[in-house]
Amino acid sequence: MIQRTPFANALTYGVMIFGFLLLIGPFIVILAGASQTFQQVNAIPFSFVPQDRLFENMGAAWSRANLGTAMLNSFVMASLVTVGKVALSALTAFAIVFFRTPLKGFFFWMVFITLMLPLEVRVVPTYAVAADLFQPVRLLISTVTGLEVSVDWNLLNSYAGLTLPLIATATGTFLYRQFYLTLPDELAEAARMDGSGAIRFFIDMLLPLSRTNMLALTTIMFVYGWNQYLWPLLMVTDPQYKTTMMSLVALLPADNGTPDWNVTLAGSLIIMLPPLIVVAVLQRWFVRGLVATEK
Amino acid sequence: MDKRAAFRSWWLPSLFALPQIILILLFFYWPAVAVLRWAFTLEPPFGGAAEFVGFTNFQEVFADPLYWNSVGISLAFALCGTLATIFIGLVLALAVDRQLPGSAPFRFLYILPYAIAGPAAGMAFRFILSPERGLMASANAAFPDFWNPAKYGSHALILVIIVFAWKWAGYTFIFLLAGLQSVPRSLIEAAAMDGCGPIRRAVDIQIPLLAPTLFFLLVIMMTEGFVGADTYGIVARTTDGGPNHGTDVMVYRIVEEAFRGLNYSGASAQSLVLIGLIMIFTFIQFRFIERQVHYK
Repeated sequence: MIQRTPFANALTYGVMIFGFLLLIGPFIVILAGASQTFQQVNAIPFSFVPQDRLFENMGAAWSRANLGTAMLNSFVMASLVTVGKVALSALTAFAIVFFRTPLKGFFFWMVFITLMLPLEVRVVPTYAVAADLFQPVRLLISTVTGLEVSVDWNLLNSYAGLTLPLIATATGTFLYRQFYLTLPDELAEAARMDGSGAIRFFIDMLLPLSRTNMLALTTIMFVYGWNQYLWPLLMVTDPQYKTTMMSLVALLPADNGTPDWNVTLAGSLIIMLPPLIVVAVLQRWFVRGLVATEK
Repeated sequence: MDKRAAFRSWWLPSLFALPQIILILLFFYWPAVAVLRWAFTLEPPFGGAAEFVGFTNFQEVFADPLYWNSVGISLAFALCGTLATIFIGLVLALAVDRQLPGSAPFRFLYILPYAIAGPAAGMAFRFILSPERGLMASANAAFPDFWNPAKYGSHALILVIIVFAWKWAGYTFIFLLAGLQSVPRSLIEAAAMDGCGPIRRAVDIQIPLLAPTLFFLLVIMMTEGFVGADTYGIVARTTDGGPNHGTDVMVYRIVEEAFRGLNYSGASAQSLVLIGLIMIFTFIQFRFIERQVHYK
């Protein structure tokens, strides 16, 4: 559109630069602080110029908070959540959309209601379930048969416990459902005409078609899994299963110790990096997934 | 919405949905029922079966001034956080949507803070806006006690709201930009022909047409502010609910009550109140989405 608007253009650039300072400024402060010495980081006024000690500080943070195990655990947890979510929601959405069965509506509403309660408000009993997985089964057996069965299966301090409760939500299912509903009816008709069964149709036609959706869901689920804080905090008592979000506490300078914030900032930079890379590199899919899951 | 050519089988879809359904039953419905059960019972102090106590737990919760304090804090947090994120996102989206030369990198950059976990962002901001170092130290040196989130509850609340707004502004930005791009170009051009400048067009055409997106974001962000995963993480790692319960949001209080105070019944009663709140939000959102689909 051709219109001369010098004032509005200047204002637009001003707004964009102000937004840059507001949203990217903190990253610059973190990077600058993380690359400075102990004296520089505590100097008043703060200097925004990055120095050359970034990798030394990162190394110090890495050993102080034992970030090696934590990064590995976070990576495993985020990957498991992602894979579980991408696979299970594809299956469930397939069952909901492509079959004519009385159970369809039941499945749909059962999954839909999970959108309402985030983990934060049901965290206490979820913890109780994870600590004693067969509790519901036992209750069922004892009410039906009157027998007391003592089987224990405890998910605390395990990857299963870290990931399974996070997979049990509906977001991904709805992403797939929306996509399946946009496919033309003729597709399934043609497949049936050619003699393909439901499973064949799912594997050979639906899965290849939903590649973009899968990528979108993968990016948002990886970031979601990596950034989990409350659930691992409650679940894990064994340092072997610590995730990165839990090692944040270990990075913080002690109340009466030396305030070496340069190491703390370097450590938090390491922790922020993996999801940041995912969002930066795969931004197209990330944005698509974000917009699609909320619809 | 039904598809015409559906497969006919009852066991196959059940098999497909089974893994998800089992997980949901175990980790969603069972805990949800447990919240209900705990909210109306009390465990005797020396063991034994839980006793049904009716609404006693709720009465106890509602009689506690600290609970009402946390309700107020949550309300302030969610409301200010929501308005701030939507305002920042809207202004930036309007600017980027003009597609002036050089605006593409900004669009890329504004989304980045959304990748950062609430607790990690909270810890970084503890340094960035700390009273003794970082950016606010100079202001404090000139005017002593100008900014001290460790001492004043109101400052701490502002701090956690800033962290929340920083993280979520990119999110509202994405949705508002997508909304702006679906505003018909011809409408904007017609307005330009009539001599409207960009600001006038933004105020009189674009923002009114964005109303559905704005409303949707209002509901989403309010829910996020009340019960979001980040809300807990931000408060826990930035201020720990303090000073003197100054940032004691509802989610933080529930978790503290349950795992530090070991008061499962009280925590469950509080959870139930929060669940009621979310249901209202979800209901509003659902109604609104129904209507939007209808318009299309």
